[in-house]
Amino acid sequence: MAAIAATAGRLLRLRAAGAEGQWCRLRGAGLQAASAAGDAAQRRHVAHFTFQPDPEPQEYGQTQKMNLFQAITSALDNSLAKDPTAVIFGEDVAFGGVFRCTVGLRDKYGKDRVFNTPLCEQGIVGFGIGIAVTGATAIAEIQFADYIFPAFDQVHVIREVASMAQEKLGVSCEVIDLRTILPWDVDTVCKSVIKTGRLLISHEAPLTGGFASEISSTVQEECFLNLEAPISRVCGYDTPFPHIFEPFYIPDKWKCYDALRKMINY
Amino acid sequence: MAVAAAAARVWGSSRGLGQAGLLLLRRPWARGLARSHPQRQEQQHFPSLDDKPQFPGASAEFIDKLEFIQPNVISGIPVYRVMDRQGQIINPSEDPHLPQEKVLKFYKSMTLLNTMDRILYESQRQGRISFYMTNYGEEGTHVGSAAALDNTDLVFGQYREAGVLMYRDYPLELFMAQCYGNVSDPGKGRQMPVHYGCKDRHFVTISSPLATQIPQAVGAAYAAKRANANRVVICYFGEGAASEGDAHAGFNFAATLECPIIFFCRNNGYAISTPTSEQYRGDGIAARGPGYGIMSIRVDGNDVFAVYNATKEARRRAVAENQPFLIEAMTYRIGHHSTSDDSSAYRSVDEVNYWDKQDHPISRLRHYLQSRGWWDDEQEKAWRKQSRKKVMEAFEQAERKPKPNPNLLFSDVYQEMPTQLRKQQEALARHLQTYGEHYPLDHFEKKSSRTPGAGLPHVSLTACRSSKCPGSDLTASSR
Repeated sequence: MAAIAATAGRLLRLRAAGAEGQWCRLRGAGLQAASAAGDAAQRRHVAHFTFQPDPEPQEYGQTQKMNLFQAITSALDNSLAKDPTAVIFGEDVAFGGVFRCTVGLRDKYGKDRVFNTPLCEQGIVGFGIGIAVTGATAIAEIQFADYIFPAFDQVHVIREVASMAQEKLGVSCEVIDLRTILPWDVDTVCKSVIKTGRLLISHEAPLTGGFASEISSTVQEECFLNLEAPISRVCGYDTPFPHIFEPFYIPDKWKCYDALRKMINY
Repeated sequence: MAVAAAAARVWGSSRGLGQAGLLLLRRPWARGLARSHPQRQEQQHFPSLDDKPQFPGASAEFIDKLEFIQPNVISGIPVYRVMDRQGQIINPSEDPHLPQEKVLKFYKSMTLLNTMDRILYESQRQGRISFYMTNYGEEGTHVGSAAALDNTDLVFGQYREAGVLMYRDYPLELFMAQCYGNVSDPGKGRQMPVHYGCKDRHFVTISSPLATQIPQAVGAAYAAKRANANRVVICYFGEGAASEGDAHAGFNFAATLECPIIFFCRNNGYAISTPTSEQYRGDGIAARGPGYGIMSIRVDGNDVFAVYNATKEARRRAVAENQPFLIEAMTYRIGHHSTSDDSSAYRSVDEVNYWDKQDHPISRLRHYLQSRGWWDDEQEKAWRKQSRKKVMEAFEQAERKPKPNPNLLFSDVYQEMPTQLRKQQEALARHLQTYGEHYPLDHFEKKSSRTPGAGLPHVSLTACRSSKCPGSDLTASSR
């Protein structure tokens, strides 16, 4: 799960708890905590990895530390400031968005530039295309409500695996955050494989037909003789994304570490 | 069409004869050119020889004045109600005269739902379940409509219709099991909370993407018609979901294919943060019905008798006449959209308080009950205690139960598990043998008590085995 979404979730929760009291407070005794053991047992894991911030880059001048959704808000702010034709639209963007990516923008740029649309994704996309046809800049937010979280933080899992590998196996890893799919950075990946001879690819999407298969095919085409072991893919299973079984579904650091270990010993 | 065209060719486009000939052909009994004999025409008296539009696309008169139709949003479709805000019957002839037992069941269903909502919302705040959606303020729409249906009528919901299941005696144990994703969950822990489903109670499993249930409901209604099942399908959705393309598709199919379906729109004022003023510019959802050729009505959704009457009549006619009905139930979403929402970010507490205090379906019905002498403060106090106790017991039980065995992650995706998937299942099992300490295995069943992949279809209709579906008894105080 994205740490950002988890943080947002926590923020929203605290605020809601305050407002909640106004009209929905339970009368009488609140819920008692279950027994101590039960209580610890039932606490849900918010994130399956430890968040590690990016190191501060030196080449861009002054920087400001932000989490992902703050970075998105900042990018949108910059876009609307620089480009007078740019508009942002989608479901619930006016009040700041369910992922808090448009907070403050409507107040700053006006309701004709940051606005809600009716609830219709095909409409939002079509509308956006139309805006772009005229040469203006369309920024559409597609929400999918709050039950599809983007796996922005997969790279943190891989970073943790890299430090585990160093610690436990004396193996050094190059971590590549691919960032794009079409096109994707073939050169960086192949250069790294030529150097190391082994490749592990991980994503939360299901294994079959997932993007790891694309990377794997291309790498074996380009770097076949450099490979010391079969390319390892640590992905979601070929099932719908589950609710209660999430801890077992996620390609977490233990699965990645195990795959790495097997690759080293191949 | 071909006949009319042929006639035009024979007689040309001259007004008199040609047009009369064409008019003749439009009569249902006209069977071709042979009938349109000049002699025959004198036997028909046409009030005027003014030509009428012949377009296949519309049945209408001509007009020679340029006039745009003004959409009527200032005084739109009126809101049908039976009780005033104090629970008093306004027009006695509209009183459904339901027996005391039935009205008490309405009241107890709504209040039990409200109690369950409060406890489960709180449990999410405490990290016990991952997510929840309350039904505050909309209990009347659920119970009024559910009560007007037959038990076997098929229900397609969106996500805020738990009261329909509550009215159909879905046990608290199973509501909670789904929210906790524990071993008793008929959905095997696969879906987020409030995604209930119950085949035995004809409640199709809730699916997250909005409005997808609308065309599905129409298909089900068509099949029911063909089966001569004397069955209606009811399809619930919010005024926000009505903006989706699927809603347009559903309405149009239902009308053209003549399906026995009730479209029930809960217009509660908000789609997450989006108010109705940003959702549509016409006269709500009810006004769209006639555009599709659908019988439509707008009702006071906080008046359980109005909802009941409208649904009852819609059901009778939908089945008898095989046509769709659209009911727009006006109501108000008193709670947040979900536990991921804080509605104070986009609406005032005063607005919410108004609806909570001045126009709530539960209090309006309670006033009705009290004025009939069917309920009093003492019974209210006793019932609150009893219902809270039932909910807490079910809640504590649900907490204690383990989650299903992780093997169920892989089953029911296919009828027979393919080798590729079995290999993934085995890989997970091996992984857990080595790394099991890093996973919350203690909370999960060690061995599966269910037969995985036993022919259950993956989508929607999950079997709710009767041994695990004890009917909830709203009158008994034991358990």
